Amino acid sequence: MTPADVLLEVHGLVKHFPLRRGLRQILRGERPAVRAVDGVSFSVRRGEIVGLVGESGSGKTTTGRVLLRLEEPTSGEIVFDGQEITRLPQAGMTRLRRRMQIVFQDPYDSMNPNMDVFGIVAEPLRIQRLAMDRHELERRVIQALEAVELVPAEHFMRRYPKELSGGQRQRVAIARALVLEPDFLVADEPVSMLDVSIRGGILRILHRLVRERGLALLFITHDLALARHFCDRVAVMYLGQVVELASADTLVQRPHHPYTQALMEAVLSTDPRVKRIRVGLKGEIPNPADPPAGCRLHPRCPLATDRCRTEAPQLIEYEPGHFASCHYVERALERLAEPPVGKNNHKQFSEKNLPNPAGSDRL
Amino acid sequence: MAELVVDNLQMHYRTREGDVRAVDGVSFTVAPGRALGIVGESGCGKSSLGLTLLRLLPDNGRVVGGSVRLDGDDLLAMDEETFRRRVRWRRISMVFQGAMGALNPVLTVGGQITEAILAHERVSLADAERRARELLEMVGINPVRFGDYPHQFSGGMKQRAVIAMALACNPELVIADEPTTALDVMVQAQVLEAIAGLRRQRQLSMILVSHDLSVIAQMCDEVAVMYAGKIVEYGPVEEVFVHPKHPYTQGLTQAFPDIRGDRAPIVSIPGNPPHLADPPTGCRFHPRCPLAGEDCARLEPVLDAKGSPSHRVACHRVAEDGSVAEVKFG
Repeated sequence: MTPADVLLEVHGLVKHFPLRRGLRQILRGERPAVRAVDGVSFSVRRGEIVGLVGESGSGKTTTGRVLLRLEEPTSGEIVFDGQEITRLPQAGMTRLRRRMQIVFQDPYDSMNPNMDVFGIVAEPLRIQRLAMDRHELERRVIQALEAVELVPAEHFMRRYPKELSGGQRQRVAIARALVLEPDFLVADEPVSMLDVSIRGGILRILHRLVRERGLALLFITHDLALARHFCDRVAVMYLGQVVELASADTLVQRPHHPYTQALMEAVLSTDPRVKRIRVGLKGEIPNPADPPAGCRLHPRCPLATDRCRTEAPQLIEYEPGHFASCHYVERALERLAEPPVGKNNHKQFSEKNLPNPAGSDRL
Repeated sequence: MAELVVDNLQMHYRTREGDVRAVDGVSFTVAPGRALGIVGESGCGKSSLGLTLLRLLPDNGRVVGGSVRLDGDDLLAMDEETFRRRVRWRRISMVFQGAMGALNPVLTVGGQITEAILAHERVSLADAERRARELLEMVGINPVRFGDYPHQFSGGMKQRAVIAMALACNPELVIADEPTTALDVMVQAQVLEAIAGLRRQRQLSMILVSHDLSVIAQMCDEVAVMYAGKIVEYGPVEEVFVHPKHPYTQGLTQAFPDIRGDRAPIVSIPGNPPHLADPPTGCRFHPRCPLAGEDCARLEPVLDAKGSPSHRVACHRVAEDGSVAEVKFG
């Protein structure tokens, strides 16, 4: 990998949403805020799929929106193709948006129901004044529809969103993002509303665009199993911070952070012969307006010590390309080798489901 | 412990586009203390099935055939008053998807559970309150939170409180419709653990409706795979998920990769599920099926035991000895 491969980089990205202040807070000079994103750094290369995984309230969606400056960052740095865009005026951003696009979870919410598919897909070209005549407009719309396998494109162009299935609508949303031929795409839960039998088709299209066109894709999802199978690298977020970042394979085979380990444990197996339900961590994700001091996981973490309560860990590279922010990575890794304790629901825990400690061969 | 026997159940919705055959000749048995999973995609009729069993259908839905028997009592033949007094919530109760949103925000959680008990049983307020506290404890909520309001509960706690409420009248059978959909994985695990614990303690029978194969795999003994209003495969969950026979079930299991398995592309089944007002002729899956032959469009396959007496499948391509081609979806 050369630095030139890196298309998008973020350093210490912060997004706080200010809350209304009460009298006491005004008098004390406090500025309460929801700290949705609180110091996030990562990069996405050309032709790479990076997964951003987290529970609700982890800040993954806000991160995606801030990258495209759909929300203004509070601080931090966003570098796109070598250019610092954090403070670029909105006029410059409009030009850049040709190259940076986003697809949302619910395509129905993000489409004008009174426009036909042609109008929806052609709209970005019109806004960007990229297609001067009708013929050119049509050519590019057809191309985009064919890229998302809505064929024959002529047949779909005159249809309205309500006449399409959920999967077809999501294809239209992707076609609209693609028609500008972007270099970078944020896909925020693009398949979580779709049926299991349908979502593979959407993922296959995204995968092909990444491999064939060198698109850089940030794939935001709550589903670690999906990220494991679809993404090249995965960043796990907890309460506004990235706690672990690694290749998808090593992340699930050798998770370094207690939070990732717990997330892995809580994912249910589809194999009915291995019956076990494990809660992972006690409690639920705290309020991002009032995150715990020190390591944000410490109130829920089985390894937490006094140090964790006061000192926030940094994201450190423990193995090539494998980053984690935990004071006790070594102890966390030792836990992987131990037989797990806790409630086994029905049957004995099976050996084959232990994360493979020798599984770091991809590094 | 109760046994539920559903035989050839048919339920239609009247719509402007014609009758929607949401449940179309469905038969299964939930043995005492067992858990049956109903798995399928949106629009396959799995939620309608639950509503039919509890007789909670909207005005345009009606049962047009078949029977539902709970320990021999014909539930569909009962008049509404008897069903309401004797069966609904008392013998069969239901946990709905997103039910946590149905908690009344201005009443305490404990008060609402107490009220549910008092509405169905002649017990003193003190007894009802004591039982409500026990129920909270059973689903892993500290009874000191009895007087809390719903907004003081997290999402997972609310969903567990709703489950406690569904159990307020000691039902024998619980129907849980997507009880953990939209919950985060760790919260999902908490809720499922609460349900599994209750089932063990009370030997509850359960029907769990879900699109999520992993939830069914972990919680159920048997599974019925529904497609377009019909059960296409039915048997012990270890059989059906580990050795799926119906091409649709094969596709579903391939489309749902295990996080602990080797990295694999996520496959899809071509096409879309049919609209139930106008389902395909013959086998309803045939337009999407890689194995479909000319007979599949013409003849409707029946749910048959092939090869194994407990594992039934409705597919012309499954041989009498139970063997079937392995379908690779792309």
